[in-house]
Amino acid sequence: MIEVEGISKSFGETRALAGVDMSVPAGTVQGLLGPNGAGKTTLVRILATLMAPDTGRARISGVDVQKDPVTVRSLIGLAGQYAAVDETLTGRENLVMVGRLYRLGTKLARARAGESLERLGLAEAADRPVKTYSGGMRRRLDLGASLVGRPRVLILDEPTTGLDPRTRLDMWAFIRDLVAGGTTVLLTTQYLEEADQLADHSIVIDRGQVIASGTSAELKARLGSDLIAVQVRAAELDRATAALAGTGCGAPVIDQARAQITIPVCDPVPDLMAALRILDAAGIVPVDLGLRRPSLDDVFLSLTGRATGDDDLAVPLTATSRTPPPSRSPA
Amino acid sequence: MTAVQESPARPPAPPEEPTTTEPARLPRSAIFADAVVVARRNLTRIARTPQLLVFATIQPVMFVLLFRYVFGGAIHVPGISYVDFLIPGVIVQTVVFGATSTAVGLSQDMSNGIIDRFRSLPMSRSAVLAGRTIADLVRNVFVVLLMIVVGMAVGFRFHNGFGPAVAAVFVALLLGYALSWVFALIGLTVADPETAQLAGFLPIFPLVFASSVFVSIQSMPGWLQAFAKNQPISRAADTVRALTQGGPVATNLIWTLLWSTAILAVFAPLAVRRYRKV
Repeated sequence: MIEVEGISKSFGETRALAGVDMSVPAGTVQGLLGPNGAGKTTLVRILATLMAPDTGRARISGVDVQKDPVTVRSLIGLAGQYAAVDETLTGRENLVMVGRLYRLGTKLARARAGESLERLGLAEAADRPVKTYSGGMRRRLDLGASLVGRPRVLILDEPTTGLDPRTRLDMWAFIRDLVAGGTTVLLTTQYLEEADQLADHSIVIDRGQVIASGTSAELKARLGSDLIAVQVRAAELDRATAALAGTGCGAPVIDQARAQITIPVCDPVPDLMAALRILDAAGIVPVDLGLRRPSLDDVFLSLTGRATGDDDLAVPLTATSRTPPPSRSPA
Repeated sequence: MTAVQESPARPPAPPEEPTTTEPARLPRSAIFADAVVVARRNLTRIARTPQLLVFATIQPVMFVLLFRYVFGGAIHVPGISYVDFLIPGVIVQTVVFGATSTAVGLSQDMSNGIIDRFRSLPMSRSAVLAGRTIADLVRNVFVVLLMIVVGMAVGFRFHNGFGPAVAAVFVALLLGYALSWVFALIGLTVADPETAQLAGFLPIFPLVFASSVFVSIQSMPGWLQAFAKNQPISRAADTVRALTQGGPVATNLIWTLLWSTAILAVFAPLAVRRYRKV
């Protein structure tokens, strides 16, 4: 449904995309994971015909985005992180306007607008100016605007960035609902959890290149489903690292600055208990010790050997996580 | 893949393999329909934020009062009462300043993402600009009528009959519409509302003041006269003056029409091209 072959795009000296390939089958949700500046939005803009790639080609439902952008636009719906809706118009007026620009005719545009508003839980606020809406309501309206044309392909650019956990859960429910109706979705996100919740298949991009792809389960399997994070006194870091070698089911990541060892594990509780026994035997008392789920940060550390450099990333993950935030020492 | 497109009114899908690299064109009726939708949206915005319109009209009203009662006594224009000289000039000035709102509005739409929404829809691209300039034209109609009322309150009178008076309004609006496309290009280029406001006034300022809007060209130094006499704002002001007060019209009218056409012919394609690229 979405096919991307060797797309690259540079802005001056900056290489935003360096040869990205991607293929999304019809009726599935593709996650596009990456930190800020990885090139996600550039790819979205190319697919939404807002920008031309330097090289490569992209097709949506078999239609080339560069050769026939008008047809592509009639196939896609775009909802972004900035909630591109008109503040002075009411929610309904916004959607009717978009419907008419899809050339639905007044009657159908009105019907679709009403339907979208209903579906997104905005029926009550429909006739209020958008400037009175909360951030979450705007984002939903933006999503609604992308739906009035009944797109076959929905492109969601970080649809929940900056939303509070409750609103994020609502958004997820709406998106799931759409997918159930057969829409193909490309979802960019900074949150592994979001991809985990919604995407059938994900690619991870960094510095404009695909560095990993697979189902969420596969991506996480590469990391071990959970992680043991052991923080020790700096002086004991090397000794602890040596002692813990062989624990878990993947290569440990050592954070020298924080004197922290992160170990992927496949059997979380037995592995944690084993690690405890090893540390105890070596006479090392950790400063902090816990079991946690991998974050996008961990994916990046593991795939690229460096952090995403975005301190914000950890916050939304723990805020929305169904699992508790990094637990303290179980001892 | 099930049939999702149930609307019969959508543009017909082009053949499966487009034979040219030219983007598919929309029919003219579609461009017009889209422009109307966009214009309506912009007019709704104007109507819902009347304070913007009020402040936009306070400025020309101040100019009327300032020149009518403060500077007017010191300005001598032979053969015509100053208020009858002034108001036609102010009408043109108002329309020109009004055209700068095209730059501000477009750059606002760019910075808040609405333009991206429009560009991702299967609508005509020039319709976004056409809708914007048409809305600003309607806004200018309102402002011109208001200025006529204000002018008449301070003593301005039409001395040349109804038909020419209507023609005068049309001439002023035509120049304003043409200039809207210049400001559309500026708005798309700077893409920041505050800068757009300033960048819009920059070219306007010398044109409005080195003109026959407030004073007679004859009072200017010789080197300035040639420019001041022939530039579009003077030509339009002189046309409006002749149409409302009587006197020879043809030369100034032709100049104004030529200027407006030339500005449109140059800047409308430039703005549309710029819009395709942003």
